[in-house]
Amino acid sequence: MLQAESKRYGERAIKWLLALCALLSVLTTTAIVISLIGPTIGFFEIVPADEFFFGVDWTPQFEPPSFGVLSIVAGTLNVTLWGMLFAIPVGLGSAVYLSEYATPRVRKTVKPALEVLAGIPTVAIGFFAVSFILPEIIVPLWPDGLLGGAEGKPFLALAAGLGIGLMVVPIIASMSDDAMRAVPRGLHEGAYALGATKAKVATKVIFPAALSGIVASIVLAISRAVGETMIVVLAAGSTPKFTLNPVESIQAMTSYIATTATGDISTGSVDYKSVFAVGTVLFAMTLVMNVVSIRLVRKYREVYE
Amino acid sequence: MVVVLKEQTPKISVRPEFQQAAAPQIKEKVFELNGIEVLYGGVSAVKDISMEIGHKEVTALIGPSGCGKSTLLRCLNRMNDLIPTAEVQGELLYHGEDLYGPNVDPVQVRKLIGMVFQKPNPFPKSIYDNVAFGPRVLGRKDGLDETVEKALRGAALWDEVKDRLKDNAFGLSGGQQQRLCIARCIAVEPDVILMDEPCSALDPISTGKIEDLMIELKEQYSIVIVTHNMQQAARVSDRTAFLMVELDAEEHNRWGRLVEYDATEKVFTNPSDKRTEDYVSGKVG
Ligand SMILES: Nc1ncnc2c1ncn2[C@@H]1O[C@H](COP(=O)(O)OP(=O)(O)O)[C@@H](O)[C@H]1O
Ligand SMILES: [Mg+2]
Repeated sequence: MLQAESKRYGERAIKWLLALCALLSVLTTTAIVISLIGPTIGFFEIVPADEFFFGVDWTPQFEPPSFGVLSIVAGTLNVTLWGMLFAIPVGLGSAVYLSEYATPRVRKTVKPALEVLAGIPTVAIGFFAVSFILPEIIVPLWPDGLLGGAEGKPFLALAAGLGIGLMVVPIIASMSDDAMRAVPRGLHEGAYALGATKAKVATKVIFPAALSGIVASIVLAISRAVGETMIVVLAAGSTPKFTLNPVESIQAMTSYIATTATGDISTGSVDYKSVFAVGTVLFAMTLVMNVVSIRLVRKYREVYE
Repeated sequence: MVVVLKEQTPKISVRPEFQQAAAPQIKEKVFELNGIEVLYGGVSAVKDISMEIGHKEVTALIGPSGCGKSTLLRCLNRMNDLIPTAEVQGELLYHGEDLYGPNVDPVQVRKLIGMVFQKPNPFPKSIYDNVAFGPRVLGRKDGLDETVEKALRGAALWDEVKDRLKDNAFGLSGGQQQRLCIARCIAVEPDVILMDEPCSALDPISTGKIEDLMIELKEQYSIVIVTHNMQQAARVSDRTAFLMVELDAEEHNRWGRLVEYDATEKVFTNPSDKRTEDYVSGKVG
């Protein structure tokens, strides 16, 4: 009387199917790491590790070649730094505006517009960066001669940086807005009832209460910026330089990978293996960043439950 | 619970032993409401509220839920301004000054008229930072430690938290959190404290502590408290206002209206309106 009427195989099958879905992403990550390791080890059999990790010249095509990865790491950081310097204030500003100031009507228009911006293919943003941001915004506005000047340069780290900034503003704005709107209504009222102005309520209560979500949005944005390829390929150039100067043509790690790992590369060559070595560094960088951010979020989170 | 307004209210005969002297007059008025009506999106929530609220007295607003007690309370420190659809009509004077006058700054109003809410809402910060919040945003940074201690003592919380001021406020019990919210409110040194069912989420012991506290606070502050706990109103308040929902003839619209407002003792022992008597004796609501 109390036994199940059937074995419920369907029920079990669903459970396993769902578990498999969850497993897929874990498996993929593992597979990527494994596929990176082999050629990376092969690379270090040819190129000394100290040259790779401490060298500042990245000239694989020269004879003899030099593989100082810091040069293209700097390229990536250069673009990311200037991109985030633009995207963090603009993104957070939008988020505070949307969650605390905008009327429901304005919100209903602006938020979808932001999401459309998030959906623009990065190749289009990259093209916009070289064909508009660089000649129409950076060149006219950049002070003459500052850091070598921007005039007459076809590619600039700053152009790619601003392009990436535009790309990640919606991530920061939308996620931070959600985080701030998730702060209980009662905290707003509590703060207003103490005679706080709107700006104080937003900055001293709501913003800190939503900090973990805000930090998460920024970290996600940085990860996307570090990994972004098309925009840097199109706008930043392909001349590796160990510099954070925004008005230089540089090369980022991703654009080295994209421009080197083409169809005609021979599988056993140093160039081929270098792509994996750079990929490993990129992977490690994002991993460290994510770990650090999880720590940060745990530490500074203001729990409101 | 819903009562249809009749043309005239039935007279009730009062037993002679309950006949009392007239309530003492309000000596100093903190608020004067003349024909206050609050609408949400054009629909009235309370109507025709005229009453005077005494300075350094405890005034209780009682009535069945939905009759507009919170709505009325939130008019008093312009908290309704935060609800875009809300609109306040009529005249509301605070120490004789029009609270809704053209040059009145709601932020300034709320510095003088603080509020404690139904659900304790401490900020997700340390106990100290919670109490220091008000003085800090108002730029009163001198002697902050003393201000915090004084406020916590004032809210009868100091002895329980003095060794863990840096701990997160969420580690406190519900009753302690509510007293922290009271401390946070008095740290701003307001003139009036509004409390919207401050004990409804608390156990009887915490409730008792907060009731004792209210009686102490009345020495320094005017207090208006919403409660649907009638014993509480009877224990802590000097005057009680009873509100009730009223329906229009077609029963389409409903709004709250002031039925009776008098000295608490009178309202509870010898109400002049039958509906008040039914409510305070637990027959309705
Ligand atoms: N923000 C609001 N928007 C629209 N209607 C509201 C809002 N707040 C309260 N009301 C309405 O106003 C009436 C009175 O509510 P309220 O003041 O909360 O009553 P009480 O505190 O006595 O329970 C209710 O009918 C309620 O639905
Ligand atoms: Mg209420």
